[in-house]
Amino acid sequence: MTDYKNLKLIATSSPHIRAAENTRTIMLDVIIAMMPALIWAIVKFGFRALILTAVSVIGCIVFEWGYRKIMKKPQSVNDLSAVVTGILLAFVCPVNMPYWMILVGDFFAIVVVKQLFGGIGKNFINPALAGRAALVASYAGTMSGAWADPQAGWVPVVGTADVVTAATPLAYMKSGDMAGLTSQYSVTDMFLGNIGGSLGEISALLLIVGGLYLIWRKVISWHTPVAYIATVAVLTFLFPKGGADNVQFMLYSIFSGGLMLGAFFMATDYTTSPVTKTGQLIFGVGCGLLTVFIRYFGSYPEGVCYSIMIMNLVVALIDKAVKPSRFGVVKSANKEAAAK
Amino acid sequence: MAQAFFGGVHPHDMKAATNEKAIEQLAPPAVVVIPMSMHFGAPCTPLVKAGDHVKVGQKIGEFHGLGAPIHASVSGTVKAVEPRPYSMGGNIMSVVIDNDFQDEVSEEVKAPADPNALSVEEMVEIVKNAGIVGMGGATFPTHVKITSGIGKVSTVIINGAECEPYITGDHRTMLERPEEIIGGAKFLAKMFGVDKVVIGVEDNKQNGIDAMNKVIAEQKAPVVVEPLRCRYPQGGEKQLCQAITGRQVPPGGLPADIGCAVFNINTTCAIYRALTTGMPVVRKIVTVSGSGVVEPKNLECPIGTPVTNLLDACGGLKDGTFKLIAGGPMMGMAQYTADIPVAKGTGAILAFCENEEKTVENPQCIRCGKCVSVCPMHLEPLFMYQYASKGMVEELNDAHIMDCMECGACSYICPARMHLTHMFKTGKQLVKDKAAADRAAAEAKKKAEEAKEAAAK
Ligand code: SF4
Ligand code: SF4
Repeated sequence: MTDYKNLKLIATSSPHIRAAENTRTIMLDVIIAMMPALIWAIVKFGFRALILTAVSVIGCIVFEWGYRKIMKKPQSVNDLSAVVTGILLAFVCPVNMPYWMILVGDFFAIVVVKQLFGGIGKNFINPALAGRAALVASYAGTMSGAWADPQAGWVPVVGTADVVTAATPLAYMKSGDMAGLTSQYSVTDMFLGNIGGSLGEISALLLIVGGLYLIWRKVISWHTPVAYIATVAVLTFLFPKGGADNVQFMLYSIFSGGLMLGAFFMATDYTTSPVTKTGQLIFGVGCGLLTVFIRYFGSYPEGVCYSIMIMNLVVALIDKAVKPSRFGVVKSANKEAAAK
Repeated sequence: MAQAFFGGVHPHDMKAATNEKAIEQLAPPAVVVIPMSMHFGAPCTPLVKAGDHVKVGQKIGEFHGLGAPIHASVSGTVKAVEPRPYSMGGNIMSVVIDNDFQDEVSEEVKAPADPNALSVEEMVEIVKNAGIVGMGGATFPTHVKITSGIGKVSTVIINGAECEPYITGDHRTMLERPEEIIGGAKFLAKMFGVDKVVIGVEDNKQNGIDAMNKVIAEQKAPVVVEPLRCRYPQGGEKQLCQAITGRQVPPGGLPADIGCAVFNINTTCAIYRALTTGMPVVRKIVTVSGSGVVEPKNLECPIGTPVTNLLDACGGLKDGTFKLIAGGPMMGMAQYTADIPVAKGTGAILAFCENEEKTVENPQCIRCGKCVSVCPMHLEPLFMYQYASKGMVEELNDAHIMDCMECGACSYICPARMHLTHMFKTGKQLVKDKAAADRAAAEAKKKAEEAKEAAAK
């Protein structure tokens, strides 16, 4: 029989069981959800897309590992969050950028934005978007000038001198040239991803597929993406530019400029979005309003990246303002208590 | 279907290991160790000393203030009255009885002549003398709950949710002893003067629901069984009241504040037994399960039976067992030693040898918000954790930490494996200490002022 006197018992606090999901499985799900868009990028732009993404991922891992090593902090690369950042950053960069350049973005994203604030869960701006913003600020020409045209075949793996470039749909829309836009890209092209743009943002369809996977896996909830996309849809339907048809302009708007990528993968980033469902709705609407505002009035055609980063900054305020109603206290009493 | 409560989690219920196993009677133990504190309230004073002869059902511990008496669960000789380890941590004065295996019943145990002719006062008196407490684990004295609830309570609820994984004692009771449950429910209806008692049962126990419904139909009993959604913590008192009445217990309040009183299945059976046979609480049904147990079982044994007897009856523990829990996996207490007895609130003994807890070395909150969406008390665990770890008492109060019922749902779901619930136990203590210190300071100040005034006179 068992020797009960010599059991090695650990008396930790309850609960004694935990759910199967952990940070790593969640990040793995996000990676899986991005695969369709990555494969599409390879199909459209060639192997350069894969290599650029791989370089970015490795860069992020090395920077995270190295920083924590130098600072003598416990290693965290196992949680896969650096991999997610690496892929996301590649997704928002032009495929024809030089490989070394993305490492600069990786460094900024991982070291400056994430680790200097304490690592996962502590940064208040989405690292991938901040990395992109840093690249745009430093290398404006490469980052927002020439976009490889997926309709003109693959981008060479080495050397990018003779890349055929095309204007992105947003550039047409910015200038109000709807005729030019519709002749260049059909709505179907936009939806499937036969358009110019950054590496992982072009196929609205495949990004939606990935987003639905994340919702199904309960990694994200629908609140942020639905609020975000719906806000952009309503505004662009109501106020089309360049005398375009309402529905047409709306469709072009929501299928372009990485809105799907932003709504499903960037605005839902745990660390930089509100923790309550109501807060997430507010956050999504805010992102939508700012995106349209920037696209309409900004000096720059693309609005998703900056709108999410701006909203990242007010997350703390949203979390302060939106609290769950206290259990056992009826609404009116809650209000009275607040008024006191 | 009943209404829902907000939040909650769906742990794998692990009940298949024991839910088809009938309740077995454990071979009588040679020794029982009966702790003098098995209820919410002050410990009892032992009424016996070493060398005394005791019989089953004889009162051996008297309570003071809030509490319930304690009775001998076997007949035999008192070997010692001394502090022994028990499941709530530390040592407690206990009466150790050598079993003489005669099962002599004490003269104190007298069945009422006609249970149905008893007045409410007489019934409450019997419940009190029978030492009945909340057998689900809360161990609040039942007679106090009844007396303080009479007149206020319009909905009497019997808690058959049994939402903690692994535990199947209540489920087996529904299948094997439905008439005791329904009989007890009828007495409760009479005591509270209500025309209907609701039994809430999670809908994963359909055969238990059917068994009780059959008895209800046969006896035309004023009882209804309400199937509830299967979700932890459905069996929390506040969640159960919410699911059945749609009302929420106010902060710091009791179910009685919204006209509810909740009794556990086994408490109800104990009431039935006390009122029909006069037998106080001397036996307990315990689920013995978990990855470390060779052959999981439901066992009925005398109160005070050493846990090792139960484990032996289940084939012992597997090698590498590192955790022994008294109670369920979500709220039960991990034990330092197997040398503890079964108490009135011990519904389960679990042993784990696999990494059920899935601990990690450096938990880092990733702000996923999952803890917020599962907290049945509408709290924001991630923020409470920050405040508690920094000792920010005021912020903890503002975050309503005292509403936390330590259900463990947030820790369970947390993908970063933060020790949230544990931190809230500490945090609540901080808040209480601060409040006590404030009170003491205020009193000291008042005293000093009074002294000054007196001196001035
Ligand atoms: S569930 Fe855990 S990781 Fe997620 S917000 Fe809560 S504490 Fe942080
Ligand atoms: S342990 Fe407390 S904070 Fe966590 S879910 Fe339960 S009630 Fe909420």
